[in-house]
Amino acid sequence: MTFAQTPTDIRQDPAEPSPPDSTRGRAGLRRPTPTHGPHTALHNLRRLWPYVRPAAPRLLISGVLALVAMVCGLAIPLVIQQIIDGPIRDRDLGALWAPAALMVLLGAFEAGLFGFRRWLSARPSMQVQARMRQDLYARLQHLPVAFHDRWSSGQLLSRAVSDLSTIRRFVGFAGLFLFVNTCTFVIGLAILFTLSWSLGLIIGSLALPLIVLCWVYETQYKTLARRAQDQVGDLATTVEESILGIRILKAFGRSAHLGQEFTRRATLLRRTEMSKVRVVSLLWAVIILLPEIAIGLTLFLGIRQVADGTITAGTLVAFFSVTMMLRWPIDSLGWLLSSLNDAASASERFFEVMDAPITVRSPGNPVRLPDRTGAGALRFEGVQFGFDDAGSGRQKLLRGIDLDLRPGQTIALVGATGSGKTTLTMLVNRMYDVTAGRITVDGVDIRDLELSELRTNVSVAFEEPTLFSASVRENITLGRPTATDAEVAAAISIAQADFVYYLPWGLDTRIGEQGLSLSGGQRQRLALARAVIGRPRILVLDDPLSALDIHTEAAVEEALRTVLSSTTALIVAHRASTVLMADQVALLSDGRISQLGTHAELLAGSAAYRRLLRSGSMDPLPRGADD
Amino acid sequence: MTEHERPPGEYQSEEDRFDGEHRRAEHRLGVAPGGADLGHQDEAISTSAGLRLRDGARRLVRSLLRPHRWMVLLAALAIIADQALAVAGPLIIAYGIDTAAPAMIAGDGGPLTVAVSGYLARSVSLALVRLLVVRMSGRIAQTVLFDLRGRVFRHAQLLSLSFHEKYTSGRVISRLTSDVDSIAEALEEGLDNFISGALAVIVTSGVLLWLDLPIGLLALVAFVPLLFLTRWFARRSIAVYRLTRTSMAALIVQFAETMNGLRAVQAFRRQGANERIFDEENQKFANADGAGLITAAIFTPAVRMVGNLTLTAAMVLGAIRVIDGQLEIGVLAAALLYLRRMYDPLDELAMFYNGFQSASAALEKIATLLAETPTVPEPEYPVPLARPRGAVEFRRTSFGYSAATPVLPEFDLTIPAGQTVAIVGATGAGKSTLAKLLARFYDPTNGQISLDGIDLSVLSTSDLRAGVVMVTQESFLFSGSVADNIALGRPEASRADIEEAADRIGAGPFIRALPDGFDTDVRKRGGRLSAGQRQLVSFARAFLADPAVLILDEATASLDIPSERAVQHALGRVLHGRTAVIIAHRLSTVAVADRVLVIEEGRIVEDGTPAELIADDGRFAGLHTAWRESLA
Repeated sequence: MTFAQTPTDIRQDPAEPSPPDSTRGRAGLRRPTPTHGPHTALHNLRRLWPYVRPAAPRLLISGVLALVAMVCGLAIPLVIQQIIDGPIRDRDLGALWAPAALMVLLGAFEAGLFGFRRWLSARPSMQVQARMRQDLYARLQHLPVAFHDRWSSGQLLSRAVSDLSTIRRFVGFAGLFLFVNTCTFVIGLAILFTLSWSLGLIIGSLALPLIVLCWVYETQYKTLARRAQDQVGDLATTVEESILGIRILKAFGRSAHLGQEFTRRATLLRRTEMSKVRVVSLLWAVIILLPEIAIGLTLFLGIRQVADGTITAGTLVAFFSVTMMLRWPIDSLGWLLSSLNDAASASERFFEVMDAPITVRSPGNPVRLPDRTGAGALRFEGVQFGFDDAGSGRQKLLRGIDLDLRPGQTIALVGATGSGKTTLTMLVNRMYDVTAGRITVDGVDIRDLELSELRTNVSVAFEEPTLFSASVRENITLGRPTATDAEVAAAISIAQADFVYYLPWGLDTRIGEQGLSLSGGQRQRLALARAVIGRPRILVLDDPLSALDIHTEAAVEEALRTVLSSTTALIVAHRASTVLMADQVALLSDGRISQLGTHAELLAGSAAYRRLLRSGSMDPLPRGADD
Repeated sequence: MTEHERPPGEYQSEEDRFDGEHRRAEHRLGVAPGGADLGHQDEAISTSAGLRLRDGARRLVRSLLRPHRWMVLLAALAIIADQALAVAGPLIIAYGIDTAAPAMIAGDGGPLTVAVSGYLARSVSLALVRLLVVRMSGRIAQTVLFDLRGRVFRHAQLLSLSFHEKYTSGRVISRLTSDVDSIAEALEEGLDNFISGALAVIVTSGVLLWLDLPIGLLALVAFVPLLFLTRWFARRSIAVYRLTRTSMAALIVQFAETMNGLRAVQAFRRQGANERIFDEENQKFANADGAGLITAAIFTPAVRMVGNLTLTAAMVLGAIRVIDGQLEIGVLAAALLYLRRMYDPLDELAMFYNGFQSASAALEKIATLLAETPTVPEPEYPVPLARPRGAVEFRRTSFGYSAATPVLPEFDLTIPAGQTVAIVGATGAGKSTLAKLLARFYDPTNGQISLDGIDLSVLSTSDLRAGVVMVTQESFLFSGSVADNIALGRPEASRADIEEAADRIGAGPFIRALPDGFDTDVRKRGGRLSAGQRQLVSFARAFLADPAVLILDEATASLDIPSERAVQHALGRVLHGRTAVIIAHRLSTVAVADRVLVIEEGRIVEDGTPAELIADDGRFAGLHTAWRESLA
């Protein structure tokens, strides 16, 4: 553990948990990148403060109540001592009732406060967890696609579930007890001192070796706690893949193969957990041994003092009663500390995501798009793009795209597999930001636009249609919740998705994973309807008809033409039939637009284009060879 | 999106579909595509269903612990030793006060030495035994968790596709993550607490009875109210904890859906709607879990109250007996110390019980999943099939999700070994269903499907998958390298085999152009590869698997023309001497077929060579003409 972190460092660290607010502009870019290297447990826990703050008053009261309850508990042996040394020794039954009543009262008070404290802290500590989970989810939704490319969703899931519940248990329970038990220990010690100075000193001298021990322990345990949590995330990733890829695993009969991977990871996790157990067991043994030795010593000295007449037998009985009461606060130190470390590294993992910069965000002073009439010009100017982890020696995927789409123009984008067509489409609505150059819509750099304005005006159909667990209508109006029924109907008719009317509940039928499953072609048509609804300024379609059968494809093409006549569109095309919907074709090769022209021009002038688009050679029938 | 737009009740009730009533839930596709049949099931689980759930959970616990029963016994012995040593402490102290102190006053230091050395020896043993106990209970807990994880994982893999299609992926994931987590919490904190708590109570009661019978009996009487309290708590807490499991699963479903569809979420600005849905479930979870804590906030102090009252009563009783001369003061002091010692374990027991209730709810969920039987079961006595030739026969086969609406009415179809069959037809005609039946993703409702004359249902999974492999348009990639993903087709394949398979379908060049070639990490679900590239990887995987029967279901949809051409060239070679069933919208893929089947509304309406069918001027001829025109 390092104490290199200066206090100012800690204060500068953005612990501000509010979800990314797109109106706040690029301020977030100034966020310091998370300092690497180990943080102290306390530093990681301190960052939780903004979340704990709303719950803090109740938690504090609940801690104080727990303390009062403890004091009541501690007082009970003292009353017993009074009774033994008083009424019982004097054989005076009449004097017994008052202290007995006091005992009942103390007992009731202890239990009552105990319950009240738990009741007070129950909901607030749940809310700490709920707020953190909500913020994490919100943050993840706004983090750029590039972030999600790097992080496996199992790691994200384990943060949202396992880590947060670890933190909740610490905030609502262990943290409280760490506080309460320390106080109890101090108060108990004070009582011991009043009973007997010398004996109290022996118990008190425990503190030093315990602190040293805990410090040594923390360094060991911390790495293990972190490792275990990471391994839980890895395991979650394997679980997720095993379920999402179930069809492939079944098709190839490879469940056992992935099962081995799962077993391997589960074994690693078990190993780490066992290391944790070993460290904790050692700690426990020492935490038990130290006080017990001290008690042995006080027994020796105490009895001698009773023999000397320095203290009474009753005092000694009381002394040991209080000592026994202190056993729990000391014994519990073992798991309280492990709980603290678990929570600290869970917090560290949580803030790793919260600190990740939202690189694709709205600008501070967004420019509005000019008025609609006759608009929709899309321009690529020297656009370059490379994935940041592609390796330094590698050439960029896109090395200088210059392309000009006039309002209303449709350009088909053609290129070999892996040439970067899909990536280029992702740049237009800022799934990724260009590495160099710029893209403009009606003369405005897309990075100067409010993200929501950009994405409302540039509508996209991805090559893989994603449907959400919601009704058909919600899925179609996803980007335009205000769309009218007429607009929905128009979009459905353009995408030839009339099948939705025949679903059991029509447009209200729930689809997606938690609903009716649709075929690939049906999903693709819904995704297309979603893209064309409300006549966006610019339409980007990535191979939008690949899963359609020949008749449907022809019908969709026919309907799309009416839209394309008035909408600027960039269409990734693999087939001649799709290309024919476009005014011009751009051929993407070697990261540049190498050819631009009509289908006929390119067919005549470019061998590369002919190779990409012509499919005469495999015609099933000799009769067709004449074309 | 607004709440009223959803069909009634499906969101909340999603989880409980399998709870108690799951037998009733017929196949979703057949019965209620909106999921709205589930609307009535989110009320409190009936008593009998609750009992059934608890039984399932108990059986699961027993079966998990059985293999480790000796270890558990050993741990229990260690815990008994631990408790004995712990109990010995106050006894030695009492001996010190009652015997050694008067002896010391009388000038005899012997008893004091005995007491102190005895105490120290006992302390060292206690520390050692505790070390052992922590390790053993940790080992048991971790082994049980390991077994449980493995068991759920394997079972989920064993379950048929029809199960996975109705039980959302997020829920299976939540079974294996958050549910196992909550059991882990209970085990880690609980096993030791439970055994030591229970033993402490038993041992302390015994010692109390031995020290002074009346006080001991008094302590036992206190258990009567405790019993009632516990029963009240058990009923109440299990209900709220069941709710926490349900809402946590819903949270995970939502979380997984968002992360897996992130591009669409951002492109269509679904963040706000998602946050609302997530918030709703998040609050539901927090409320249920909070309710659990509050129930515990009544239970645990009540337990302590009973303890405190008992202590006072014992004090008064002891005082009377001391005054009557029936009891030594030292014995009373010791008895009161023991009574006091009983609380902490009682608290711990109460806490453990709380954790246990939460874990039980999770165990119930897991047990319910484990109770699902595969609708496509492994044969008990598989018929071996060493070298499949690939002769396929459908005999009087029919399939439907419900009797009323068959997807495929009864039909016969024989595909001789080595034949390449193309299946064409409109969306929803039943092409994919036919393919899935052949791949035994489903079993037919009636009739049989055989490979080389052997019914598919009597083939072992490994023989079946060596014989029949299906490639779909869905090209999911697993984390790992491109090579790993191809190798999934045949894990024992050499690197050369993998590269060859990729080269044969023309995927070699683009893979080698990736940053690390075949070793490139495909990242999350192949986010880095385009759909076409992923399909090529899927193809390479299938070619590497080298099955006798290859089924391609729309497997070329996303390929561009050169790739498609390369795949077709490869198919021409690969399919030689191999049975193949090809489903494709694009008739270019049909080019390699020996035979074409046209399916309409689940019936085979045309069957012949491509040339014959075109000459017939039927449906296929029409499709062919349309396709030729589309090529322009």
